[in-house]
Amino acid sequence: MNASRKGWIRQSLLRMAAFIRRRPLDQDLNDEMAVHLEMAIEENLKRGLNPEDARRQALIRFGNVGQAREYHRAARGLPGMDVLMQDLSYALRTLRREISFTLVAVLILGLGIGANVAVFSVVNTLLLRPLPFPNSKQLVRIHQEAPKGGESSMTYSVDATQAFQNRTRAFDEVTGYFAFSGPDNVKLMGNGQPEPITALSVAGNFFPTLGVEPILGRQFSAEECLKNSRPVALLSHDFWKRKYASDPALIGQAIKLDGIPTTVIGILPETFDFGSVFSPGARVDVYQPAIFANMEDWGNTMALVGRLKPGVSLPQAQAEANTIFPELFFNSKHPEYGHGYTANLYDLKDYVSGKLRESLLLLWCGVGMILLIVCVNLSNLLLARAATRRKEFAIRNALGAGRGRLIRQLLTESLILAVIGALVGLGMAYAAITYLAHQSSISLPLMSSIRLDREALGWTVLVTVLTGLLVGVLPAFKVSGKSLHASLKDSGPGTSEGRSHNRLRGALVITEIALACLLLVGAGLLLRSFLHVLDVDLGFQPSQSAAISVDYDDGGNVVKRGVILQSILARVEQIPGVETAGITDNLPMSINRSWGIQAKGHSYRKGELADTFVYLVTPGYLNAIGMHLVKGRDIQWQDTDKKQAVVIINETVARALWPGQDPIGQIAEAGGSDAQVIGVVADVHETNAETQAGWQMYLSQTAPQYGPVGADLVIRTKLPPTSLGSAVMQVLRQMNPAQPATEFRPIQQLVDHATSPRRFFAILGGIFAALGLILASLGIYGVISYSVTQQTKEIGIRMALGATAGGVQLGVIAKTLRLALVGIAVGTIASLLLSREVASQLFGTSPNDPETFVGMILLLGAVALVAGYVPARRASRIDPMIALRNN
Amino acid sequence: MDEKLDLMQGTLDLMVLQTLSVMGTQHGYGIARRIEQVSGDTVLLNQGTIYAALVRLQQRGLIDAEWGTSDNNRKAKFYALTKSGRKQLGKDIAYWTRVTDLMGCVLAMQADGGER
Repeated sequence: MNASRKGWIRQSLLRMAAFIRRRPLDQDLNDEMAVHLEMAIEENLKRGLNPEDARRQALIRFGNVGQAREYHRAARGLPGMDVLMQDLSYALRTLRREISFTLVAVLILGLGIGANVAVFSVVNTLLLRPLPFPNSKQLVRIHQEAPKGGESSMTYSVDATQAFQNRTRAFDEVTGYFAFSGPDNVKLMGNGQPEPITALSVAGNFFPTLGVEPILGRQFSAEECLKNSRPVALLSHDFWKRKYASDPALIGQAIKLDGIPTTVIGILPETFDFGSVFSPGARVDVYQPAIFANMEDWGNTMALVGRLKPGVSLPQAQAEANTIFPELFFNSKHPEYGHGYTANLYDLKDYVSGKLRESLLLLWCGVGMILLIVCVNLSNLLLARAATRRKEFAIRNALGAGRGRLIRQLLTESLILAVIGALVGLGMAYAAITYLAHQSSISLPLMSSIRLDREALGWTVLVTVLTGLLVGVLPAFKVSGKSLHASLKDSGPGTSEGRSHNRLRGALVITEIALACLLLVGAGLLLRSFLHVLDVDLGFQPSQSAAISVDYDDGGNVVKRGVILQSILARVEQIPGVETAGITDNLPMSINRSWGIQAKGHSYRKGELADTFVYLVTPGYLNAIGMHLVKGRDIQWQDTDKKQAVVIINETVARALWPGQDPIGQIAEAGGSDAQVIGVVADVHETNAETQAGWQMYLSQTAPQYGPVGADLVIRTKLPPTSLGSAVMQVLRQMNPAQPATEFRPIQQLVDHATSPRRFFAILGGIFAALGLILASLGIYGVISYSVTQQTKEIGIRMALGATAGGVQLGVIAKTLRLALVGIAVGTIASLLLSREVASQLFGTSPNDPETFVGMILLLGAVALVAGYVPARRASRIDPMIALRNN
Repeated sequence: MDEKLDLMQGTLDLMVLQTLSVMGTQHGYGIARRIEQVSGDTVLLNQGTIYAALVRLQQRGLIDAEWGTSDNNRKAKFYALTKSGRKQLGKDIAYWTRVTDLMGCVLAMQADGGER
């Protein structure tokens, strides 16, 4: 057994060697055969034959020299490979000869395969590939069940966090990060102007829990998470590279954050991108340990992540959480504040990208349909080409090529096309992916880690081979199946060919149109939803306002704060071009926090009250952001009564707390203090455009009862905000030399960021639909144009017999429309059946939206008409004399 | 033209081995001629096909080949049986004898015309 296997391996190697050393071996055989013949001739001469007969006899006895050589090659080498090499070189020759056909085919295939590879990379990164952490299956996101109320109602207090850490048995580690850090929240002081950077506080065990190791330096130590400890920071790889030119000597040195010398203790790996996993589109520069002891009175601030113990399942952990969390106190020093958290556990991966699952699968289907259209289209082109090559095949068949050989030949050609197309497609996919990976404005998770990896290449190979076979199989069987000898006798082009051939091509075109119809309707629905989202009344007007974060130092004195803010606003409003200005601590559609509000002296049942988004604003802010005051008045600088604050509520709160009454003048308990309702504003979409607005309230930023979490200056202007940047910055610098140099962020950008996933999918859907439409119209054009060419003679005869140019033209157009109508009918029925599948992806649009359907059908019909009109015109210009004289 | 025997698959290889075993080192033409002579010119053999058999046997390690000089001073490729070729020949002969014996029995039974 072993010996025979050894023999087999030895022979395989010898065969391969013989295949490669083909030329010298052939030469050797030639020499040998020459000697053979010489010997034979010599013997025949000895037997008394004359030289001519001697030679003839020898050749007869030897047999066919070429055949002997073929047998020799087959016996010693790799006969299959020989044939393959022949097929390949023949195919390449053919494709080179028909270069324009080849270019079109490669381009079409490249588009189809490229789009598929690019979408696969996105799907793979977002859905299929595990998160970039070791044993990422064990990672779990923990947050409260709270559909409304934003981050505050999803996070936990540090006391609850620590209590759960101590009590859990299901989790190896529980960690978290401070959920309320905004971008550019820290000033980096160095040489020159202070620079705004983004810092994030994370629990001391954050990186060890995720399994992220610093590439330089070390993790936070336990002491560094204690009160009054030496400030330290870990730097993101990107920040380290950008700001410090990847200088390893930075470890152990201090950088100044908000004036506090902070020691850099380590650099995180390049692969760790906090934003892409936890907060799409966000950038974090430095990580600092969250000092829990300082955060006890901050309320719910920690977003929790845990790592399950090996062998513990998510439902087991959920069961444990269900018993522990309701018992946890909000603040262990103040049990009177109450207790009772809820907890929903999600696989971190599901949490990050689960919501996108359906959209991505839809995208995947769409791009698969594109590929199908590409295949059908190319199949059609090859079929047309194969028809004109029938004679060639007949000749090859007559020369001894069997049916199998001819099929193999055609499949080789289509595979070569697919491979070249795939190379082109890979290039396109690479460009698309590189572009996507650098779009931080798209709020999709993990986008920055998209790349063409091994899996994508594997997918490319799979798709390419499938495409090659799918494209080639129909023409191959169709052509080789024909009675080839009949082709040799054929009179040549110019007459109608077999009906079945035309019917097959017609069916292919119908398939194409139907698929394109499906794509168009799907994309149309997505696009319409996106337009609906853009049309939503957000409750504020993002278009002409912009924000810049303001740094000021009031020393904790609320009176001083009022003076500073008032003078900032007064000066900013004097800048030419600034219409109004105001300051808020949080902007809509960015970070949010929530408190509570209720009518004073009223008791509520559980569930009647909701977490209320809270914004601490100055007079003028409502105008600056373009909110609509329905009733009452704006906040004023004088609203600083220590006993009773003022509050502006949104309509949702007004309806809930004072149904059927005038809320103005009512006394509420807002954020733990008494406050008089002075105004009602229209609801603002605080999180995104698609969900209903929650409870919202606006309190004075200068009220002594409340503490703002920062200050964003919002201005309203008709000028481009960047043109005002330097003037505004000058004012801010005069007020506070430590004001970091930041730029205006258009409020529209916040809205765009929130709608970017929908935009992303709508645009991609639109691109695919356009691609499908172009391919389908190419298909129609190809078939009609080809049939006109085929029937040149016939049309010539008909025109000679009196048919008018108009009649001929009409005939061709009618033929086109017949195909198009059948395709559209099939496509529409399929769309009606399938559109329910996309219902969950739509916004304000019915899956059977008649306008979308009618619009897309008309579009498709019009394109089909144009695609048919061009060949129809050509047909009507056929000169009977010329048509009949040729051929 | 006389009807000639069409060779069964694999029999040519055995003939070549046997020829080499009897004649010792020999070139392709010699082998082909010898087979023809022995068979009384009844074998349907294009002499050229012998070279496929030779290269096949060579790759299986049953024969060796080397360019040399013939009796009348011609450069030719000479083939010789290897050790494992001799062993293989013994096996093949034994196998072939069993097959022919069996076939003889079976055909004899049919000639009797007895049981079927």
